[in-house]
Amino acid sequence: MTTTTQPESTASRPPSRLSKIWKSSSIIFDSPIGMVGLAIVVFWVGMAVLSLFWTPHDPNEQYFRDQRRSAYIMTYLPWVDLEDYDEITRPDPRFLLGTDKTGRDILSRVMAGGQVVLLKTRIPLPTDDVRRQDEISALSRFLDRIAPEEWDEFVIPGGVAIWGVLGSLVVGTTFGLLAGYKGGWTEQIVMQIMDALVAFPRIVLYIVVIAALGQGDLVIIIAITVTGAPGIARLSRSLALDIKTRDYIRAAETRGEGLFYIMFREILPNARGPLLVDAMLRVGYAIFTIGTLGFLGLGLQPPEPDWGSMVNDGRELIFSQPNIVIWPAVAISTLVIGLNLFADGVREELSRYQK
Amino acid sequence: MAEEKSKKGKPVLEVKDLAVAYKIRGGEVEAVQNVSFDLHSGESIGIVGESGCGKSTVAWAILNFLGDNGYVKKGSVLFQGEELVGKEGEELRKIRGNSIAMVYQDPMQALNPSLTLGTQMKEVLTVHRGMSDEEASERCIKMLDRVYMPDPGNVLMRYPHQISGGQQQRVVIAMALLTNPALLVMDEPTTALDVTVEAAVLDLIAELRREFDTAIMYISHNLGVVARVCNFVNVMYAGEMVERAPVEDIFARPQHPYTQGLIRCVPKLGADKASAQLYPIRGRVPPPNDRPSGCVYGPRCDYVQDRCLQERPQVRILPNGNAVRCHFSEEIDPSEWIPSEDIKLKPSPGDVTKNEAIMTVKGLKKYYDVPGNSLKAVFGLESPKQVKAVEDATFRVPRGSTLGIVGESGCGKSTLIKTLIGLEETTDGEAEFIGHDITTALDERSNDLIQELQMVFQNPDSTMNPSYTVVQQIGRPMKRFKTVPNDQIRGEVIKLLESMRLGENYLDRLPRQLSGGEKQRVGIARALASRPELVLCDEPVSALDVSVQAAILNLLIDIQRELGTTMIFIAHDLSVVRFFSDNIAVMYLGQIMEIGPAEAIYRPAYHPYTEALLSAVPIPDPSVTQKRIRLEGTVPSALNPPSGCRFHTRCPRRALMPDGGKACETEIPPWREFENGHRIFCHLPKDTLESFDPVISLASDAEAVAAD
Ligand SMILES: Nc1ncnc2c1ncn2[C@@H]1O[C@H](COP(=O)(O)OP(=O)(O)OP(=O)(O)O)[C@@H](O)[C@H]1O
Ligand code: SF4
Ligand code: SF4
Ligand SMILES: [Mg+2]
Repeated sequence: MTTTTQPESTASRPPSRLSKIWKSSSIIFDSPIGMVGLAIVVFWVGMAVLSLFWTPHDPNEQYFRDQRRSAYIMTYLPWVDLEDYDEITRPDPRFLLGTDKTGRDILSRVMAGGQVVLLKTRIPLPTDDVRRQDEISALSRFLDRIAPEEWDEFVIPGGVAIWGVLGSLVVGTTFGLLAGYKGGWTEQIVMQIMDALVAFPRIVLYIVVIAALGQGDLVIIIAITVTGAPGIARLSRSLALDIKTRDYIRAAETRGEGLFYIMFREILPNARGPLLVDAMLRVGYAIFTIGTLGFLGLGLQPPEPDWGSMVNDGRELIFSQPNIVIWPAVAISTLVIGLNLFADGVREELSRYQK
Repeated sequence: MAEEKSKKGKPVLEVKDLAVAYKIRGGEVEAVQNVSFDLHSGESIGIVGESGCGKSTVAWAILNFLGDNGYVKKGSVLFQGEELVGKEGEELRKIRGNSIAMVYQDPMQALNPSLTLGTQMKEVLTVHRGMSDEEASERCIKMLDRVYMPDPGNVLMRYPHQISGGQQQRVVIAMALLTNPALLVMDEPTTALDVTVEAAVLDLIAELRREFDTAIMYISHNLGVVARVCNFVNVMYAGEMVERAPVEDIFARPQHPYTQGLIRCVPKLGADKASAQLYPIRGRVPPPNDRPSGCVYGPRCDYVQDRCLQERPQVRILPNGNAVRCHFSEEIDPSEWIPSEDIKLKPSPGDVTKNEAIMTVKGLKKYYDVPGNSLKAVFGLESPKQVKAVEDATFRVPRGSTLGIVGESGCGKSTLIKTLIGLEETTDGEAEFIGHDITTALDERSNDLIQELQMVFQNPDSTMNPSYTVVQQIGRPMKRFKTVPNDQIRGEVIKLLESMRLGENYLDRLPRQLSGGEKQRVGIARALASRPELVLCDEPVSALDVSVQAAILNLLIDIQRELGTTMIFIAHDLSVVRFFSDNIAVMYLGQIMEIGPAEAIYRPAYHPYTEALLSAVPIPDPSVTQKRIRLEGTVPSALNPPSGCRFHTRCPRRALMPDGGKACETEIPPWREFENGHRIFCHLPKDTLESFDPVISLASDAEAVAAD
């Protein structure tokens, strides 16, 4: 028995980790729909990244009070009345998409609008506490680029939508896997709570959360987490219900593994495909949510531009100056559509791949 | 043979040079090539071969159900003289009419769960044959009666889920026969059924062939089943037909090395591991797009020569009329075959049944509460009903031995071992294992105990976690129980893999890169990784092909002989259990009916249930005669098991009791003790039990008896 024969297979060396990751992610290239979605998403992420370093104009500068802008108008567009929004906001070669009613460049703002959603989250710091500020100064150097000058807030990478969805993933999978795996009373209680959350009208829920915790990026993350968690919990529960019947879970149990090991090490890895697809869709919903909140005036904090607030700002001029509203709205909807297409592509390919 | 051929006339089905391909991503695979055979009415041809050899594909090609991506690439299928290939839709339906019927493995595939059986059966006649409703239902009842369905009139009003699996299959067969088909195609129709039910269905099929003069094409991986119902056998390997011969010749004089190999893989009923050995065929069936040039069987053949690798053998008709696809079949004498060195097993340690007990179980009970669905029960006013899954199990397992557990599905085999390992809580009774009380649930058990008691599972596809590599899965128990220091785990896993006859290159594979047999080996390695004293095996070979099954059984035997591991082994195949076990327990409806040394179980004295089980086993040898005992009715519900002896509702031997067996109905039977700890749970006195004839006898014995 010392001689080793390989009775049933002739496959060669296992592929390296990198090529494995490449191979499993390359399935997306087989789906045209997924590719279109990916392209749209990459476009907006690219725009947001670009805007960290360069935008045509400063997104927060009000050019219509700007001497240069006034001079520009007076020199080249002498017939324009400086108080006439209609004329001021009109696109021209310098402001390709025009400006909003306070004279800020829409193109720059649309580009930068992706930042808070996708790239960075601002956590306000207590300004009076000097020591805390000192502590983060090392980080501040690192984050110098994306942080505003005066350090009254702390910026972490990953946008509000991303953190919100991650939050709901963590909360949702924990409760969902627990309910699905344990069953019985645990399941009853957890799912009742989740159902109660779902039954609560969303907007009211946001308003409650925001009223209780005040405004800010973190609060919006919490709001997204709370509203997203029940859906993810349901999905992960149903996945766990299926996966827990497999023999490898019995093997883990007869090995005396603990509850969390079984939930997160044995069940979760096999549920990640559908959860990933769901999370991608949820980033889309979160962007909508942020837009909605922005529109209600409960959104992300100024001064950073955010698409929802931009739509809200332009609302009064929607008939005379539709481009103020249109561009951020286009940004929101295309990004959401892109994420949906991408998620669809991934889902389709995953199910094909598993066959 | 020649004169028989001439009287048969025109065949019902003529398949010539059939090739079938499936289109897949980036090309196509030719699943079946060069298959030719004839089928006459009243004949039944068996198609055997390992999984993936293209058996089902042949059937689907004949029925033109190849799915979206399959098509007949070459060849012809003549049905009653008319070409089926290339015909489509209405035209095909017209030729085929209702004269070809198919029965699948899963009866529920053919039955609509939301219609009554009567509606579904009658529809065949009223829609296709334009019969009136009454006429149709009369015919249905007649047909159900023909397939020995009890109370057919009542069955017509039931829904599919209201009858048992075996009855469902009978309904499907009856439905297929309603239109009086000329050809009946059956794809593993009994694979999902219990032996006793299978035996009844097989009897039925054999009878139908004789009486209806139907031509039957019977697909199965089980040689024993084919031996029972077919008169011709077609052996398929890797999409090709490699041998075609009458059933007697296939078993007595197999010509093709593959057929010989298949026969050597299955244990003969009565053989045991001490005196016989199984010889797995090395390697495995190549996937369709990776077939070797030359003879497809070349890489696995023991007789391979240069010519085989260069020239693909064609089907040749031998002087006796049998067809075989091998260059050298005349020169090959299976009786002179010598097994290759690497399948020699370690020597047997001798009789282990006298060793001290490592596990003793006394009066173990496991009841499940099932909530009733009456209104009362919903409000908790009714005490919940109980399923008595295991009742009063008492046995001991000597160190280093194997206890086999047999019984039909639902008899509580799996529940028994799940209770022992702690996956289910014990309801009552005592169980002790190396000084630990094992009636406790898993989370109350100490790590020491958990480590000593491990389990191997049935389904190779779910035994491994798809997300982790082989080394991670086998290494995990070592890490958890700290049996091996962390930095040596990899080395230890390699050693373990080597004793599973898997190489180091398997370490980083994911489960989807392994075959079923390989996954099962990894599952065994994982169970052994914590160096347990006792391993519980729940049907570890049932889902595998015969050659893989032989390899896994050999492996388990070798491990047991090397490490002295004790095993409890569940299987529904009685030949396998007999082969592998030292002691055997026969269970029926949660009750152990008979327990004792393996050889004592297979010869009289029998428990009446064991006797019936043995007479139902399909034996891959047409020269063996079996006593024909068929059980009436179905296994009663465990919710409400029969009083007294649980077997009394079906017991064929009850008549031997005085007073028609009143005692069997009312009184719990006593244990009848025989030598060597052989015990039978029956009211019949010892000498009556001993007087039963042996169930199985070789043809030579039978002739001797006849000559007297
Ligand atoms: N729809 C399909 N598409 C592609 N390949 C297929 C398809 N169906 C079957 N095959 C391949 O064709 C070959 C023959 O399959 P088939 O199902 O006929 O085998 P089988 O002998 O019936 O096996 P089993 O005993 O497991 O039922 C296999 O390699 C299988 O993977
Ligand atoms: S042709 Fe050669 S390799 Fe093929 S079965 Fe015959 S002897 Fe074996
Ligand atoms: S006790 Fe009676 S019913 Fe039970 S097996 Fe014996 S004879 Fe049959
Ligand atoms: Mg098949």
